[in-house]
Amino acid sequence: MLIYHYISEVLFFAFIVLVFFGGILSVKSKIIIHSVLGLAVCFLGVAGLYFYLDSPFLSMMQILIYVGAICIVLVFGVMVGYTPTQIAEKHLKGKNFMVAIFSGISVFFLMSAMIFKSEFTPALSKTGDFSMEWLGKSLIYDYCLAFELISLILLAAIIGAIILGQGGRGDN
Amino acid sequence: MFFSQSLETYLLIAVFLFVTGIYGMVQHRSFVGMLISAELVLNSAALNFMAFNKFTAPDPAVGQVFTLFIMGIAAAEVAIAISMVLAVYRRYRCDDPDNVHEMKH
Repeated sequence: MLIYHYISEVLFFAFIVLVFFGGILSVKSKIIIHSVLGLAVCFLGVAGLYFYLDSPFLSMMQILIYVGAICIVLVFGVMVGYTPTQIAEKHLKGKNFMVAIFSGISVFFLMSAMIFKSEFTPALSKTGDFSMEWLGKSLIYDYCLAFELISLILLAAIIGAIILGQGGRGDN
Repeated sequence: MFFSQSLETYLLIAVFLFVTGIYGMVQHRSFVGMLISAELVLNSAALNFMAFNKFTAPDPAVGQVFTLFIMGIAAAEVAIAISMVLAVYRRYRCDDPDNVHEMKH
């Protein structure tokens, strides 16, 4: 049985590598469509990590919503709004490079120190389990108001996007 | 001792995602690039919720519900932000945040 544990551990590190290089690619690439591609790779890695956190449903939702919807919307936005050659010529070098490096490194070390100094104690008693049945029940019974509010937010976002996006690129 | 069974591994990955998002947000190149960085930050928050949900939370449904809401919020945010970016591009003919001055005043 132990060999399966090691195989899953190797796969875990493969997902971490996906997250790592996807994140690096999405902030460091010159062409904006490559950034979107890196974002998709990074989200796929996070979806793999959700498997290890005992939630295959959230993993599928991550792929469905983030990779399938958000990245596609971003690709559409890039395709409608820009042409890649313009972007590649204009943004060969980012601004605020030193500020970005300094803020990134300082935040990383502060938060890592916080993680390693803290004591995380598991809960004494657990209710429910990781099944989809329990998730759906608590979504409908306990978090019903938030469930309705999120649908209202999505409706408002769709209407607002339609109103803001009227007119297209406006070339003609 | 497996790394996939310790909370600190997931927290470190989430910190990495957060830092990457902050880096991309500060080193802004374009509106869409900043939007991508915001997505990274949101995703790191969701990963944190899922990690604490597995290892410390008394009810395993809370973190999953929260992560679902973060996904919904992120989808709404991207829809709004992309249409705003297109509107700004239509008006100013550029996507550089430094060149869009009039909205600041």
